[in-house]
This record gives sequence, C-alpha cells and structure tokens, in this order.
Amino acid sequence: MVLLAPLRASARVGVSRTRLPPPPLSAARYFASSVIARQSAPVKQRLHSDSVLFPGAVNSKFTNELKFQRPQDLPAIPTYRLIDTHGEVVDKSREPDVSQELALKMYKDMVTTSIMDLLMYESQRQGRISFYMVSAGEEGIAVGSAAALSPDDVIFSQYREQGVMMYRGFTLDEFMNQLFANKFDYGKGRNMPVHYMSEKLHIHPISSPLATQIPHSVGAAYALRLDQSSRIVVCFFGEGAASEGDFHAALNIAATRSCPVVFICRNNGFAISTPTLEQYKGDGIASRGVGYGIDTVRVDGNDIMAVREVTMRAREMALKEQKPVLVEAMSYRVSHHSTSDDSFAYRAKVEVEDWKHRDNPITRMRKWLECKSWWSGDQDQELRTQVRKDILKAFARAEKEKKPALENLFLDMYKIPGRDLEEQMAELRRIIEEYPDEYDLEAFDRGKEGL
Amino acid sequence: MFAARNFLSRATANTLRKPVVNVPRVTAFQSLKIQQKNYSSSGTKDYTVREALNEALAEELERDEKVFIMGEEVAQYNGAYKVTKGLLDRFGEKRVIDSPITEHGFAGLGVGAALAGLNPVVEFMTWNFAMQAIDQIINSGAKTHYMSGGIQPCSITFRGPNGFASGVAAQHSQDYSAWYGSIPGLKVVTPWSAEDAKGLLKAAIRDPNPVVVLENELLYGQAFPMSEEAQGSDFLVPIGKAKIERVGKDVTLVTLSRCVGQALAAAETLKKKYGVEAEVINLRSVKPLDVETITKSVKKTNHLIAIESGFPSFGVASEILALSMEYMFDFLDSPAQRITGAEVPTPYAIGLERLSFPDEDLMVKKTAQLLRL
Repeated sequence: MVLLAPLRASARVGVSRTRLPPPPLSAARYFASSVIARQSAPVKQRLHSDSVLFPGAVNSKFTNELKFQRPQDLPAIPTYRLIDTHGEVVDKSREPDVSQELALKMYKDMVTTSIMDLLMYESQRQGRISFYMVSAGEEGIAVGSAAALSPDDVIFSQYREQGVMMYRGFTLDEFMNQLFANKFDYGKGRNMPVHYMSEKLHIHPISSPLATQIPHSVGAAYALRLDQSSRIVVCFFGEGAASEGDFHAALNIAATRSCPVVFICRNNGFAISTPTLEQYKGDGIASRGVGYGIDTVRVDGNDIMAVREVTMRAREMALKEQKPVLVEAMSYRVSHHSTSDDSFAYRAKVEVEDWKHRDNPITRMRKWLECKSWWSGDQDQELRTQVRKDILKAFARAEKEKKPALENLFLDMYKIPGRDLEEQMAELRRIIEEYPDEYDLEAFDRGKEGL
Repeated sequence: MFAARNFLSRATANTLRKPVVNVPRVTAFQSLKIQQKNYSSSGTKDYTVREALNEALAEELERDEKVFIMGEEVAQYNGAYKVTKGLLDRFGEKRVIDSPITEHGFAGLGVGAALAGLNPVVEFMTWNFAMQAIDQIINSGAKTHYMSGGIQPCSITFRGPNGFASGVAAQHSQDYSAWYGSIPGLKVVTPWSAEDAKGLLKAAIRDPNPVVVLENELLYGQAFPMSEEAQGSDFLVPIGKAKIERVGKDVTLVTLSRCVGQALAAAETLKKKYGVEAEVINLRSVKPLDVETITKSVKKTNHLIAIESGFPSFGVASEILALSMEYMFDFLDSPAQRITGAEVPTPYAIGLERLSFPDEDLMVKKTAQLLRL
C-alpha cells in the first residue's frame, strides 16, 4: 500500500497509480495481482543520476565496488544505561529524574515480585498449584517499563511480566486468586497459572502460544490509531518468541500501518534451554527492528532507571509520531524457564550464581538507593519480612476460597450460550436436585444456587 | 504467501485453465433454473454470489464504523476475486486495508483489533493460505472469550473462498469445513446461494463471536435470484439454522455450499427417473449444526445421505452420520450414507480432478442404491 510513499519530492517524478482494466470475472484466481495492481507510470530518470528509484529501495545509491554487507563488520547496537553495576550514576549530569517516593515504589514492587515468585515456585513444588513461572533477573524490565507508561495504556504481555502487573496495582489477592483458580479468578479457572489478566488495568489475557500477542498488540494499536487516542499499546515478549513468524509479521505490519505500539523484548539469554547464540546469528533483536524500518533502542534491563527513561521516550515517539518503536532490554534469566524446566541440565549452576552476584536489577537499584541515602539495610529487612507475610496471607485466603460457580461450566464459549448448552444446564440442575446426596457442592460458589 | 501465487502469472493461469469445462458447474446452473420458478414475486433480482458478498460488506461498513476489512489485495486491487470491489474508493484506506503478505500477521492484527473492540473482517485470498494463520484463528480468536472468563469478546469475521476450484491442484483445493467446524468457540457458515452469502456474511459480521465464512470460489460468478427482502440492508440469515431447499418425502439429502446446487439437480433427476421425492437440506451453518432440521426430515423420509466435497475422513458428512446414530437411529430404514470427495490430494489434471469430487450422477446413483430402486 505504501510502497511508493517514501519518494522524495526533489526527485520530481510523477507517479500515478494506473488502473488496469478489470480481469474477467470468471472463477479465475489472479495469482500475480499484487505486481499488476501497483504498477506505476514510467519513472523519469535524471541524466547521470547516482541512483534509480527502484520502488523497493528508493534511497539506494549506485556503487562500482562489489561488496557484500557482512554483519560482523557493523558495530553492535550499543546498550543504554544510566546506573552502573555498583549503583553509581555513570554520567553525573544525568541523574535519573525520579522522586524518592516513585523510586521506592519501583523498588518495593521489584522486591515483592521476586519474593512472590520464590514462594509460588515453592508452592508448585509442594503440589499446591500445577505450574509457575518466575521472573527472577527480569523484574527491572517489567517494573521499569510499567513505571514509564500512562495507566490506561494497553498492555499485551507474555508470561514473565508479573512486575508490570504489580506496578499497575494488581493486588496480591488478585495474583493468588488466579493461581488457585478460585471464584474471584477473572479467568474462572480456565487458564494455566500465571496467565493473568485485568480489565481494570488494561492488561489483556496472557496467551500461551508464543508470540501470538505481538500481532494482537498491533491490531489493538491500530484500533487506537483509528480512534485518535492518546493511549498507546505496549507489547512484551522474549527473544525466543522473536524467532516465531508472528514476531516478524507483526513488526512488518506495525511499520507499514504506522501503529502506535512499543515492543519491549526481554532478552534474557535463553529460549527455554536454547541459548541466544543458537537462537539467532545477528545482533540481537534490536537489529531486526532496524531492518523493518522501526526506531529501535537497546537498553540495560538490569538498570531499572534506564529502562524507565527509554520506555518513556519510546512511548512519546509512538504516540506523537504514531508509529511503532522497539526496545530490546538485556538481562539474564536467573530462574528456570518454568516449573517444568530444570535449567541446570543445560547451564552450569555456577554461571547462574555468578550472574546473581555480578548483577541483578534489584541489588543494583538498592545500591543506588543507598548511595542516595533513600534506603537502608534495616528498611530492606523490614520490607522483605512484611512482604513475605502479606503474600502468605493472600495465599492462605485464596487457597481457602470457593471454586467458581457451577454455571460457569456452560458459559462464555460463545457470547450467548446456545440452546444445547441451556438444555445441558437444565439437565444438570435436574440431576442434582433429584440426587442431592450424590453431589457435594460445598466447594463451589453459591453451591446448588450457582447453577 | 506461497510462491505459486507469484510464479503463475494471471495469463498463464487462464491459459492453463481454459480447457477446463467443469461438468458439475453446468448441473449447478440447471438446478438454479429449477429454483427460480419458486420466485414469483416482483422485485426479485438476480445477484451473483460475488455481488451479494460485496453488498453485504458495503452495508456493514456503512452501518458500523467499527467494521474494517483487511487482507491481501483487498483495497487497491479490489480483492483477488473482486469481492471487495469499490470498497476502498467508498470507505477509504483506513477501513479497507491492503496487508503485507503475511497471513498470521494480518489475522493476528485482526484478532488484536477485535480484542480492542473493533469488528474486523479478515479476508484470506483462499482458505488454503489461512493454514499459516490457523493458530491465530483457533488459539487466539476462538478461545480468548472463554479463557478470559467472558470479559474479552472477539468479534471478528474470517472470510474467503474455500473448497476446490478448477485446475489449481492440491494446495489450492481443500475444504476446511471440518477443520473449523470442530473448534469450540468458533461459528462456521457455508453459504450456497446469493441470499445465503449476503445474509450469512452480514450475520457473521454482527455476531459478537469469531465467525469463519467459508465461501466457494466456483459460486462467485453464479447468479441467484435475490428476493426484495434480501436486497434490503437489514437482511440477515440466522447462523445455526439450516434451510430446506426442496421438500421431499422419500430421502433426505443433507449438504452444504456448492454441493447444494448439485444435490438439487440430482433430486430433479431422481424424480424424473424414479418418481422419488428427495428432500434437500442446505446446512448453511456447519457450527452450530442444525441437527433438529435434519432429524425432523429423517423422521419423515427414513433415509439419510450426507453430501460434501471435503475429504471423507473425519468430515462434515461423518459428523452428520454420527449424529444420525445419536438422534435418528430409530427412524432410519437403512444405514445412512455419505458421499464425499476422494481421499487424495486434489490432482490438477482435469480427468483426475473430476473423479475427485462428487457430481450429480454419483448422487443419483448412490440414492437409487440406498432406496433399492
């Protein structure tokens, strides 16, 4: 559609779209239609011009030197950071522009996320929930980016963005209700653990198949664009998901349709067990953004303040210029992929321990906070104790709650249930009433009345 | 999506197809004449299926600004099959959108836009190419409403030509009715006539659920009478309701899409040759499937044949036969039968292709066998 759009005015070429006579309307299939439809009028070429306006590369100059572009000759895209691993601001003139209150909220949300992850991981090991995914090492990306957004920006996340939800105000009870699939679970027990959603917080339900959320986010951004909204869409995914076709399709369409979406790639070094070196050959995910004509930046994902600043800037560009932006946030997946994974089968424990000590978004921020005298060891201990207590309380509450009402067996497959489902519902009601002693409905919300 | 679309130029494709004289298509036209007799009221006009679909799209774009169309070639080129003809000029490029050639990309974008509250109509150049996007249709489109506990509807329409066309071989000739018909959360419609096409497509667009509209390429150019009522902008055909196209008492022929026309022609032959009155049911919807109408008919005729052009295994006809065991066993005087496409990737050569799909003669022959005529 916009193949010919970037023509420079200075080129003084007249391009008009000629319409061919319509093809015969038989039951024919017009295979080569795209080529035919966009044929343009002959392009006038200036004498001794150093380029030809090939429609597929309008800015390319001629050269007499036969040279292949070698990726290794190009410099790697740099990684932006504000604070180093010692918690010190690298460029003193660029102190993070953040209040103490906000900084402490961000820190607390990271800590809460990490403690919740730890406890829930253990609870899966005890058999109390079926599955869990922790985000250890990547809390900074989640919380840092969430802190840069407007509360009504729309979010499509993968499954390692607990920190985003935490920052937005998803309560511990809400997390636990989903994990235990009780009557307050928004998904009514139909989703695996960690597949959270929040209508109130504009966070779409998490979709298990990798990368499907990326085209969705572009569609939602297109809707906002049509609406001339002041909101944008933010889409999270991992570098492993970026190998899926959906990633490429989505970036390409976002660029060609100019959709206001910020893609945030968490590059944590592993696609389940496959290290990035076997996942891709190029310069990370960032280089692909450039390839699709998308403004792109790479940021140190362990530097929460850098993540926040980069995301704020990306948001502003996406909104003002109505176009996609790609952020590649680098980190290290300290955790196993999920509770179904034991990462020590493919990486050394010492490597993980090394990373834990070398760098971590939480410790790095704590060092920075302590440099600024905004936080102390005592306060940290107190916070951790309190958070642990709060989580365990929410845990106990959620585990005790009743299951969703029986009627939910029949609802929501379609907006309005079909007649066959209504009949089945009536039949179940009849059977339960006829044989009340055979059915213990205590565990379900509203018991028999829930049908 | 596939190279085939580019390496076959339009001219070549036409030359290749020239010798194809599709016999069943002729019979379908015959059946049309039979049907036309039923339309006596004034104001009835002939519409091709293509025109009916185009009108449906135009009316729904006009009616609801949340509706937009996206697909390959749908805008500038007016659609690979001209179904979207004139819509770009009328509704502009924000609502009629040419997509890059990436099925999962634009299907996924459509799903996302639907999740955000729009009502997209996603056109696949053919359903054969939608296999690239099937994860988006099924895992995201069909399941999100349920998995979100009912808070996240996905009102989207996927449409395009389905089933075999002529002379385009295996990778462009497949019927997906059974595929999508097996997915909870989707609705699936299979229009035959112009009225079906218009009414079902409009119903699909207005439906708050994801709906798969399986059109038939060989029917696009076929004209059907369209009643005055159906020409109006509020004409809808209810999803999940079959239509009795021909009333009969001796045998029930249940079928869908293009086979409806063939079954009607076969029914006329059966009457002439054997004096048999076949009842022909046009399913119109594969999901939900109107078991009630089939059961009622079988109670009357006591004989059932399910006809489709899809593959025999696990198909629509198989499903209908299974349902006949569950709901109609006591009313059947003989085992229910199915007539389907052959178990083979559709061949290109015309002789082989013709043998791959049921035609009117086969339908007559099988019915006569069933009734022991």
